[in-house]
Amino acid sequence: MNIDSIKNGYVIDHIEPGESFEIYNYLNLGDLDTSVAIIKNAKSNKTGKKDIIKIDENLDINLDILGYLDPKITVNKIKDGKIIEKFHPELPEKLINIVKCKNPRCITSIEQELPHICELTDKEHVVYRCKYCEEQVNR
Amino acid sequence: MKHLIDIKDLSTDEISQLIDVAKDIIANKEKYAKKCEGKKLATLFYEPSTRTRLSFEAAMMELGGNVLGFSSANSSSASKGESVADTVRVIGGYADIIAMRHPKEGAPFVAAMKSEVPIINAGDGGHNHPTQTLTDLLTIQCEKHRLSDLTIGICGDLKFGRTVHSLITAMSRYTNIKFVLISPNELKIPDYVKTDILEKNQIEYIETNDIEEYMSELDILYMTRVQQERFFNEDDYIRLKDYYILNKEKLEKAKKDLCIMHPLPRVNEIAVEVDDDPRACYFKQAKYGKFIRMALILKLLEIQ
Repeated sequence: MNIDSIKNGYVIDHIEPGESFEIYNYLNLGDLDTSVAIIKNAKSNKTGKKDIIKIDENLDINLDILGYLDPKITVNKIKDGKIIEKFHPELPEKLINIVKCKNPRCITSIEQELPHICELTDKEHVVYRCKYCEEQVNR
Repeated sequence: MKHLIDIKDLSTDEISQLIDVAKDIIANKEKYAKKCEGKKLATLFYEPSTRTRLSFEAAMMELGGNVLGFSSANSSSASKGESVADTVRVIGGYADIIAMRHPKEGAPFVAAMKSEVPIINAGDGGHNHPTQTLTDLLTIQCEKHRLSDLTIGICGDLKFGRTVHSLITAMSRYTNIKFVLISPNELKIPDYVKTDILEKNQIEYIETNDIEEYMSELDILYMTRVQQERFFNEDDYIRLKDYYILNKEKLEKAKKDLCIMHPLPRVNEIAVEVDDDPRACYFKQAKYGKFIRMALILKLLEIQ
């Protein structure tokens, strides 16, 4: 299957097969006016299969969340048809309104307008805790 | 401007200074009688409390200040749906300092983000209760004359007990501290307290469900109540509430200078017969609470 290569934008590569829609939603790509391609089950020499997302514009997208969702992802930044930057996103120190605290005793459970803030408290074990109640949060 | 939301907001040096001021207040009450003249403390208690609220109010009165506030969510604008952030912004115009108790964890943190006056967390759900911890530290210092080289048994509800989590956090910063954590399996200390505090600070700890097993080794026995308000299931509460009852018999092997503490209120977990034992410190502990809160109010209002 052919998907045109992009001139300026991002290629989010090595996504775990089946996770691309979740990443599409977390990055709010549905709100963009530009072309976005989701390629599911592409062939991968390393893992057999992978998903890929291509975004056809050099927008200012906060990709920090990708480190939280899947640190194995590779992000390629494309300019004039060439890869100008390639990186594995780092684990973000803070997640704001990405994951919700599910602790029924947390203040965020009754005050809906509060931002859901989670902080990285254990990098080794990838533990994020709610800034308000300190409960561990999961996707 | 400084708030006190979590005991970790205070360095050990600051805690040591607060303890020194509290001890000076105990020795020289008259010296402090007018320190807060013209100042007002607002006690915003969204959840019932007897000793914490009265202790704060007594503390401010003994410093010559005034108090205002409410003692249940029903008698506040929270019942009309006002947010914590809005409430503190309004109350900040009426008072110089706010002590807040709230059943939801993190509510005082939300308050501190928006408040123009210092916020003191007077207990947020099962999360933190830093002024109880300061009370505990003053008690330990006054009764044991040290905050290091101690074996501390903590017994009861270690899962939801906010005083327990704050105490472990605070004591983990001192040297040669060992914890004996005594609880039924259902109320064991949460994993994050073990990994993020005890193991991170290389603090020795033992978990057991037998209150007598390590009794002879303890310098401090900190009893806690199984709190009905933390349970979503009434059956679980009834099954666990009388799991531990400390009595004279259980204290037979204890050290002669053991310090028995309890944040109070007590229900059944300490038999009344223990009250006359010279090792029972829990009523003294409640008294110390007022003095450390006086020291804290002075510090946060930056009054020398």
